[in-house]
Order: sequence, then structure tokens, then C-alpha cells
Amino acid sequence: MAFLELSGIQKRFGDVAAVQDFDLAAERGEFVSFLGPSGCGKTTTLRMIAGFERPTAGSIAIDGKDVTHQAPNQRNVGMVFQSYALFPNMNVASNIGFGLKIRKRPKADVDRRVAELLELIHLEGRGDRFPWQLSGGQQQRVALARALAIEPTVLLLDEPLSALDAKIRVALRHEIRQIQRQLGITTVYVTHDQEEALELSDRIVVMSEGRIEQIGTPFEIYNFPATSFVASFVGTLNAMDATIVDASAGRLSLAGHEIRTTSKLAGSAGSAVTIALRPEMIALTSPDGSNVVAVSPMKGMSGSNRLPGTVADIAFLGSVVRVRTTVGPDAIPVFVDTFNNPNLAVPAAGSPIVLGFPPEACLVLGRDVVPDRTDALAAAEAML
Amino acid sequence: MTETAFARNAQGAPPARPGRRFSLTWLGLVPFLVFSTLFLLIPTAYLIVGSFVDSTTGDVTLQNYARLTEGLQLNAYLTSIEISLVTALVGGIFGFLMAYAVISGGPRRLRGPLMTFSGVASNFAGIPLALAFVFTIGRTGLVTAFLAGLGINPYDGGFTIYSKIGLEIVYLYFQLPLMILIIAPAIDGLKREWREASENMGATTFQFWRYIALPILMPSLLGSMILLFGNAFGAQATAYQLTGGFINLVTILIGNQLTGDVLHNKGAGYALAMGMVAILGITLLAYQFLQRRSERWLR
Amino acid sequence: MTGSGTNRLGQGIEAMQGESLDPPVQRERKSPLRFAWWAIFILGITYFFLPLIGTFAFSLRAVPPSSAYTAILEDPKFFASLGYSFVVGFITIIISISLLVPTAFWVRLRLPRARPYVEFVTLLPFVIPPIVLVFGLISTFSRPPLPFTHTDIGSTALLVFGYVVLSFPYMYRAIDTGLRAMDIQSLTEAAQSLGSGWLRILIQVILPNLRVALLSGAFLTLAIVVGEFTIATFLARKVFSVYLSQLGDIAPYQQSAVALVSFGLTWIAMGFIALLGRGSRSRVTITGAR
Repeated sequence: MAFLELSGIQKRFGDVAAVQDFDLAAERGEFVSFLGPSGCGKTTTLRMIAGFERPTAGSIAIDGKDVTHQAPNQRNVGMVFQSYALFPNMNVASNIGFGLKIRKRPKADVDRRVAELLELIHLEGRGDRFPWQLSGGQQQRVALARALAIEPTVLLLDEPLSALDAKIRVALRHEIRQIQRQLGITTVYVTHDQEEALELSDRIVVMSEGRIEQIGTPFEIYNFPATSFVASFVGTLNAMDATIVDASAGRLSLAGHEIRTTSKLAGSAGSAVTIALRPEMIALTSPDGSNVVAVSPMKGMSGSNRLPGTVADIAFLGSVVRVRTTVGPDAIPVFVDTFNNPNLAVPAAGSPIVLGFPPEACLVLGRDVVPDRTDALAAAEAML
Repeated sequence: MTETAFARNAQGAPPARPGRRFSLTWLGLVPFLVFSTLFLLIPTAYLIVGSFVDSTTGDVTLQNYARLTEGLQLNAYLTSIEISLVTALVGGIFGFLMAYAVISGGPRRLRGPLMTFSGVASNFAGIPLALAFVFTIGRTGLVTAFLAGLGINPYDGGFTIYSKIGLEIVYLYFQLPLMILIIAPAIDGLKREWREASENMGATTFQFWRYIALPILMPSLLGSMILLFGNAFGAQATAYQLTGGFINLVTILIGNQLTGDVLHNKGAGYALAMGMVAILGITLLAYQFLQRRSERWLR
Repeated sequence: MTGSGTNRLGQGIEAMQGESLDPPVQRERKSPLRFAWWAIFILGITYFFLPLIGTFAFSLRAVPPSSAYTAILEDPKFFASLGYSFVVGFITIIISISLLVPTAFWVRLRLPRARPYVEFVTLLPFVIPPIVLVFGLISTFSRPPLPFTHTDIGSTALLVFGYVVLSFPYMYRAIDTGLRAMDIQSLTEAAQSLGSGWLRILIQVILPNLRVALLSGAFLTLAIVVGEFTIATFLARKVFSVYLSQLGDIAPYQQSAVALVSFGLTWIAMGFIALLGRGSRSRVTITGAR
């Protein structure tokens, strides 16, 4: 039996269904992220685990114990809020020790635990500071220590980094992951930042409009998106409309050119589908093959699709160079990413170019049209 | 990162202007300064200077201030302070409860109407207010008549509206709404996350109030009550209309001194006024100190 | 076959920034305290309304019941005193605005270091209550070189000046808050680059942007001036509240009716402020002691 179990969770606010059909089983020590745009129900779900919201239907169990109807102050789960929510009238040490004080632990024990936690978050000797004297990053570390002080069964983090500057966000992200590994605490992390979710999580739950779109490891989520929502929300993506030429042979027509895909196609010839290409999966060469601008990291086993196009413009994003090309008579824009290096011969805007990608990189999107290899995974998850 | 830093710079304070046009720049304040000097600073200075001068001999003296401890003056201060304290405390506590009721308690939809009404009631002071209470709980007032009909005439029990307690009841009519208006932002500042964080760590509602909400609200509560104190302390018209000038408040005594020199000494009158200014000055400073503290917390 | 297509790169980001927020989180805990909150609220409301009901009931004791109100309409002193108070109020508003707007503007634009001093002066009326202010005004201006109180017009002028001083704290704050909300530096520079002089900038650029703040301040001033008693009575001005106060000896029923009128006037003024202040923070409602 899993350590944290949410079964058939549903939450309605009046007529609005905020969360529906939510099932999740997290193992002890697992780091699970809820990823999705604002309003997708991820925070509501987290608040139901904390007990701030009662589910309209379904049940929540922690370590085999049903907590669905338990008051928040009985659950012993730790929560970190987006706005830190430190008590402004208490110094850092009192904030961290608050939960223990409520539990009537002896003062010496509280002091020892507070000192331990201050060390864990690298704020030794700052126990007598007040929240307003700390930076945002420091405040959030204190909030983390405060949530950990009560030795919670589950740690809940509600967009803990979204109020912070980019650099601190990345640094604190590593720190959170490291502390989580060190303590081996089961963690649920809510975020709308796919980068955060991909880096931190053992598993990601992608949500949209109150429903789970996909549950999987970061690897699965990125490489085998189950739905068009997941594909477009996680990572950058070229999504294009194409028409089916021969469904059984995986042949499609895109911008007047025939391409092939290994994804399963459903539909008769002439019906429209949406295909997706990751920018880093596309190779880019000059028409005569003399200049290789980008190489696809994916070695196609069944040859490569080739699409002639034109370079529109080029953006340097630091380690990555993003080339915007246009394809076909309607000038459909297609982005291609390649690693930056000093020897890169950047093609001039307006010059002709050839895009190449293996059929395996050509994902077909849609709720009903699932890419081939995720079928097994989806089936496995349905059984969980 | 660089973009953020740049944006922040662009929004920052405009660069300071060179001080070359110093004297001309200050000319822009002349109308305001002339007006305030003539009609605020000089009249105040007149009272200050007068309070240190013996009005018969013209010598500099502290005698006028020493006379503040005399029966009539001392009694006026004590009565004024007592009434201000009582109405600040009662109005403060009850006003806080009412504001909390409409912000976080039951009747939440009534917040807008209550705030607007508080704006009216806090400004409905002076003559009409005193009259309204006379018509209501005066000897023949509506409520008095109603109670007398039940056989419990408060006037038989020694109550009279023309007393300290009567005045306190009347003052509460503007104290209470004033409290509602100034404490509302502080209650709004109580973040929901604080309650949730405390619950999350196992605290009960009582523990939340004891360790978190009340300590956080305390500077605002104290500050607001101090403001209420000053508000009642400086009031004159309401008491004058209600008691016809017979209750011995500092403001009433100053008024009587102004029309009839009841202290038989001009200097003593000035000192009486200055004592009042000093007390109100202290209340304003205390208010600002507490206000700053709570702003730091509620930022 | 020509495939038509659109690129949806970054679609996810758009979705991320979409307008839909998490639904309002309601906490419908049925607490026994709910009744306590309602009880407190109802107790407070009763206390607020009883005096008004009492006043109205008293005014109906006149015979016939409507005579207290008809008597008002037949009383020239009612209209004279109310008219006088309104005129005094309007002049006060005009002086107060034309004194404080340029000052607050100038302090924000060119003299930030004068701010503490100007703020100190504008806050003084909190420390110097009307009774002390009128004491000082009479002591200072009842003798040469500026014997204001010796003439009728002089006394009225002194009354107006006293009211202008009373309006300082909330007027200045409202104007200053209003100025903070707009970027006066850029506005001024833009106007100057188009060839505007200072007066033109103030009247055509700054004033229109301060409309809400100024109107709120003006209505509040009006409410205060119409209700003010202390300064007026010691300057022997026949303002509305002095009229109301003296009415009791001769016509108590009419007095109760006029008291209700006075309350109604405060209501109207504050109602306008509430209307103006919707959605803006430059709402002013707090004044000094009376």
C-alpha cells in the first residue's frame, strides 16, 4: 500500500468542479509534483491533503490511515506557502519552534531542534532575526524549516519559489531537493513551472481544468506526452496541423510534403491531425548539405523526414540558439534549437534551409490519439 | 536577471537635481508657509508664549503651568482623560469586534454598508449628535419613555444623560465607527495563510489568537485606541450642547476662559490650552510609533 | 495537398498566464461564533439607529406631526444659516485646494526634502483641536496689526481660515496619495516639452488626475463645515450648527427636525465620497475631534 493515497477525489465550489477524478498513490520518500496552469486545481488538491479543504467526494489516506475528515491541526503534515506565511511577530527561532511549542515539548528539546534546523537551512545564528529582516529566499527557507520541525508525515509545498527572483529560485530549488533526499520525506510540490517540476520530481502529475492529464516520471512526461496539453505545457513545442494520407503506414501530409510518423494514427485519409515536434529534435542543414546547423539527437531507425524551408530569424538564448524557420507556402513557423558554439555558422535570414527529423520524433497529439510507446505506461498507471 | 535589475533601476527614484536653484525652489512653498504661519503657527505661538508670561507683571514665569494642578484645572484634565480613556477602550474593543464581524465573521456581506455608515457616523458629531441623544435617552426621550413604560425608568435610578456616563454613551457614537474605519485595514492585513500555517502546525483557534493574531494586531489596536483617545479629548461641541457648558472638561473650561476669563488669569488659560496640546502631541507620536511597527509587520 | 497549419510554440506559456485563477476558496465552517458575530453586529446597528429613530419620533410630537418640518421651510433663519455655512464651505474648499495642490505637487516634484516639514504642519490640527485653534486665532487677531474680529467680514474670513487649517490633514493626505498614484515627473516633463507653463500644468494636467481625491476632500470639508460649531460660536458667526443649537429654547420640535436634516446632509456628503471612492484608495473619511 502506498504511503500517500488519494482516491477518487472530487472538489466542487458551488457549480464549479475544481478537481475531479483525482487518483494518486505516492510511495514513502517520493517527491511528487503537481504541474499545471493556474486554476487547474493543483493547489486545491494540495489544500485537501493539508485539510484546509474538504473533498466533495473521495478519500485521502496517509500511511494507511484515513485522514479525509481529520481537522488540519490533527494531521501532522507540514506545509510551505507561496507567501512564506511566517508569523511577523515572532523571530526565526520562535517561528521554527512554534509547532513544537504547541505540542508542549520541553524548551530544551525545542531549542535543540531549532538549532538543528537552522543548520539544515544554513541560517545558523540568525534565530533572533525577525521575518522582515530577511530576504525572500531566507524567509522561505525558514518556512521550510518550520514545516519540517514537527517531523511531518508528508511535506506539502505550494508554489514555494514563485515569489522569488530567478537566481534564488534555482539555488533554493537545489536546496529543497537536497534536504528532501537527506530526510527521505514524502513530498508533494505544487508548481506551474515545468522546469522546476522536471528537475525536482520523482514523478509529475500534470493537471488541467481539474483533471489529471498524465502521471509519470519527468522522462516520460517530456518524451512521451500523453495528451496535446501535456506536450504543449511541458517544454517548448512546434505544433502543426497536418492531414492523414495513409493511417496504417503512418504517412501524413504537412505543408505540401509527405512525412512519416511512428505514432499510431487513427482516422481516414484526408482527416486532420495535430503533430508535434520538439525544437531540439530537428536537424537543420543547408540545401547542399555543406553547412550542418543543427543535428537531431534522435537517431531515426526508419530514415528521416525532410522539409524544405526558409530561415526567418535567429535568437541567441545563451547556451541554445533558436532558429525560426518557415515551411511551405503558408509559411508555417517551425522553431529549431541547437547548442551554441563558436564554430556555429549561423545561416542568414532569408536563406533556404532543410529541416530533418526521424519519424520517431514526430508526435501525434490529441486526447484520443496516444503516442505508441505510452500506451503501456498509461495502462500501467490505470492499474495503480 | 539583468532585465529585472534594469527594470528596477528605471522605476527607481528620479536622480536628485543639483542644488543650484535651491533658494528659488523653496519659493514654491511660500503661499502655504505664509498661510500656515499666519493662521496656525502664530496663533499657536501666541498661546505658547502667553503661557510662560505672567499676565499682570509681564515677567517670564512657570507659574501658569504650576496652576494646572489647582482644583478646577486638575479636575478638568482628570474628567477629560477619564471620559477619553473609557470611550477609547469601550469604543475600541467593540469597534474592533464589529469590524471583525463584518470582515471575517458572520455578516460579511454587510461590510460595504457598515463602512459607509461608519464614515457618516464618525462625522456625525457635535450639536446634532448631542440633540439626537437627548431626544432618545434624555428625560423624556424615546428609550427613556419606553423603559419607564416597563417600570424601569433609568432616571429614577440616578442616571442622567447630562453626566459623565451620559457623555460617554454619546461620544461612543463617533468613537465606535472611527474605530471600525481605522482598524479595518489591520484586520484585512491578517493573512489567511497565518491561520492556516498555525493550524497546520497543530494550533487550535484559541492558540492562533493568543500567539499570532492578537500579538500581530496589538500595535494597530493600541494605536487606534490612542487615536480614539485624542479624538474624544479634543471634542468640545458635543459636550457643550449636552451639558450647556456645565461639565468640567478641558475643552469646556478653555471655552469658558475664552468668553469669560473664568480663571481670572489669561496666562493660566494659555497654559491650560498648551497642556492639552502636549497630551494630544504625545498621543499622535505614540500612534505614529505603533503605526510604523504594524506597517513593518503587515507589509 | 496543402496542409494549413499554425505553430503553437509557447502555447503552454499562454495557458500558464491565463486569466482563470483558482476558484475562490471558501471556508464554510459552521461555527457557534457566527451567532456571536451577528449579535455584536445587531447590537451595534441598534445603537447606531436608535438616536435617529428617537429624534424622528420626537419631531413627530409636534402638533400637527408635520408642523416641525413645515416650520423649517417657513424659517428664514434656517435658510440664511445653511446658506452661510455652504458659502463658507465652498470658499474653504477653494482656498484649501489652491493652497495644498501646488504645495503637494511642488514637494513631490522638486522639494522632497521639505516633505517632513510640510507633513508636520498639515498634521498639526490633530494636535491643536478646534477649541485651542480658535483660542489662538482670537487672541492673535482681535488686536492690531490685524484686527480681524473687529469687523463682520473679518470674522467670517477668520472662520474660513480656521476651517482651511482644519482641512489640512485629510486634504493634504488625499492630494498626496493621488499624486503618488500618477507619475508626476513624466507628466510634468511631457507637458513642459509641449510648451506648457506651471499654471497650465497644474490646471490642465494635475488637477484632472486628482479629481477623485479632490472631490472626496471637498465633500468631507463640506460635511465638516456644515456641522462645525466650536470655532464658529466663539467667532460669533451665525452658521448652521449655531442656529441649530440655539433653536432648542424656542422651538424644540423644529430643532429635532433640523438635527435630522443635519444628519441627512452628512449622509449625502459621505454617500458621494463612498461613490467616488469605489475602487480607489484615495478615500478620505477620518477627521478630527468635535
